[in-house]
Amino acid sequence: MVIENYDPLKGQMLQVLDAEGNLAQGFDGVLKNDDVLKLYQVMTLSRMTDKKALAMQRQGRLITYIPQSGQEAAAAASVYALTFEDWIVPAFREMAGWLLRGAKLKDVFLYLRGNEQGSKNMPKLRMTPLCVPIGSQIPHGVGISWAQKLKGENSITIVYFGDGATSEGEFHEAMNFGGVFKTPTIFFCMNNQWAISLPRSLQTSSKTLAQKAVAYGFPGVLVDGNDIFAVYLATKEAAERARQGKGPTMIEAYTYRQGPHTTADDPRKYRSTEEEEKWLCKDPVSRVRKFLEKRDLWDDKKQAALEAECDKIIEEAVAEAEKTSYIPEDIFKYHYAEMPQELQEQFEYFKSTLGGQHG
Amino acid sequence: MAKLTMVQALNQAMDQVLAKDKRALILGEDVGVDGGVFRVTDGLIKKYPNQVFDTPLSESAIVGASIGLAINGLKPIAEIQFMGFYLPAFNQIVAHLARYRNRTRGTVNLPVVIRIPCHGGIRALEHHSEATEALLAQIPGLTVVMPSTPYDAKGLLIASVNHGDPVMFLEPIKVYRSIKEEVPEEMYEVPIGKANIIQEGTDMTVITWGSYIKDVMEAVKDAPYSIELIDLRTISPLDNETILASAQKTGRVLIIQEAPKTCSISSELSSRIHEKCYLSLKAPVKRLTGYDITMPLPAGEELYLVNKPRIHRAMKELMEF
Ligand SMILES: Cc1ncc(C[n+]2csc(CCOP(=O)(O)OP(=O)(O)O)c2C)c(N)n1
Ligand SMILES: [Mg+2]
Repeated sequence: MVIENYDPLKGQMLQVLDAEGNLAQGFDGVLKNDDVLKLYQVMTLSRMTDKKALAMQRQGRLITYIPQSGQEAAAAASVYALTFEDWIVPAFREMAGWLLRGAKLKDVFLYLRGNEQGSKNMPKLRMTPLCVPIGSQIPHGVGISWAQKLKGENSITIVYFGDGATSEGEFHEAMNFGGVFKTPTIFFCMNNQWAISLPRSLQTSSKTLAQKAVAYGFPGVLVDGNDIFAVYLATKEAAERARQGKGPTMIEAYTYRQGPHTTADDPRKYRSTEEEEKWLCKDPVSRVRKFLEKRDLWDDKKQAALEAECDKIIEEAVAEAEKTSYIPEDIFKYHYAEMPQELQEQFEYFKSTLGGQHG
Repeated sequence: MAKLTMVQALNQAMDQVLAKDKRALILGEDVGVDGGVFRVTDGLIKKYPNQVFDTPLSESAIVGASIGLAINGLKPIAEIQFMGFYLPAFNQIVAHLARYRNRTRGTVNLPVVIRIPCHGGIRALEHHSEATEALLAQIPGLTVVMPSTPYDAKGLLIASVNHGDPVMFLEPIKVYRSIKEEVPEEMYEVPIGKANIIQEGTDMTVITWGSYIKDVMEAVKDAPYSIELIDLRTISPLDNETILASAQKTGRVLIIQEAPKTCSISSELSSRIHEKCYLSLKAPVKRLTGYDITMPLPAGEELYLVNKPRIHRAMKELMEF
């Protein structure tokens, strides 16, 4: 029972796998070797996507990019603890989790190329589209899980948000709703220590973010967000509680945004390279690799093969996204089930402007 | 005289305001150490550590606290990071900021300036290219301003700080760094409520504002008509005098706006012109606006924004009515 045993008010943090890849005693079997391998694969894919995307953005092939590096463990292991029946409500920095759920990298690239088609397929995967207004997705997570409860389903919902989002009113209103209606919700906070240039210490005077749950009448737990075992354990347990009708749990994943906020951001304005280097030593991806190597489950050859495979997946996704053309008429078609007359007239004018020759 | 971008002109204006008036202060997300995501407040926290504040990520509290600061005698200049993100603060803006003077029958005025980068043409993510000035202009008690040049930006910002009542100060991102012009070093005001006649003409009046000014000016240059071009500069209250006089003079008006068409600033302009200049008009007012749709993501942005051929077509249709 990790949730009960780790008190966020005392600053206690669940960590099972240390930075050197050593597993604490008594936690063998939490994730089987195959599970760890699967997580390592998707985390590597996410990490390599970051590299590719940053290069593409510099070449003008993506409008912007939202780096994910450093948060792969929290994203992947939390989704891994759920079933496909459970809903995922993302913010925008949980790519490894989306990929585990089955989201297509092609769609991610489409979105980042500024094409709405990238948000089309997510709801079919019980996943809402990426959400830009900070914190505004949190009540949606409560509503989806409330519906699960009202409909008598056994499924639950996980909603992701950052440390910065905990300062928005919508976070507090949603947490309160969750507590009052005892919804099967996991409030998953990616505390990556920064909200653009604002450090976690200036975001709130609370010692931890997880402790905010206490005020809303349900448990919060602080976990090492760079530790797939800790994240998995806490999420699994929170999901069980939710399924048993015990209501929400908040999980604070203590992690780090290794890259800039977006490609438009320059971290040199507000944080030191020393801090960044310190966190690189706690890197979640290499931590899993160390674990695997210690158990003779991994070597350079396997790594090379995995990287080659990821490369191929990424290149295919990029190629598909780049050859997907934007459908001009689509900008009109989806605001109403039936186009109102005024809009219809505007649409006719719009069509007369396509091709450019008629102005 | 130094040639400045709009970003630099705004920065200089705030620098001078903070130096001159210790009651003035800046608050917002990333406005301090980072200097703002567009660097508009760059360096100010170093010079004025007691007047510049990085806030938590809380738009509602940024505006709500600004109201409190102003009630108690200070002069906040708050920044909202993008136009899509003032919405969490809309309750504070509509329910309180706009109403305090009337609610207290003139005893409490709120000298609050809310700076908001706005409009598209910058290939940004969803919610970063909004043009919702009409939402703000409909609220009684709010003054809504939108400069289109570095010179106007500095003068309007200083006028807004001195205005005494709440000003929604909308900054077209597309212009931030795309124009450089001479900006006087000293403090000066560009009057709120006064439109700017950029050029005089007799065939038609073209009215626009904000991020479209530059594109429209270019289209005007190439058009075979004598055009009177007006930059609104203040969106609320509208400068009836200038607008109506021009409409009366030319008898033809084309309004070009980025926002969707329905219930927009162009709707208001058009109805005022029809109501007050009916007998002078040679053609109904023509509107070239955004469509009544959500601003497309960048891959579709060009389909939404006006361009020179569309402007010329609208002018021709107006002339040939
Ligand atoms: C309501 C709102 N205000 C401001 C922004 C601009 N903005 C985008 S991301 C961000 C910081 C978010 O911090 P956090 O919640 O910690 O998420 P992270 O970026 O660290 O993943 C801000 C201020 C926004 N997107 N939405
Ligand atoms: Mg953060």
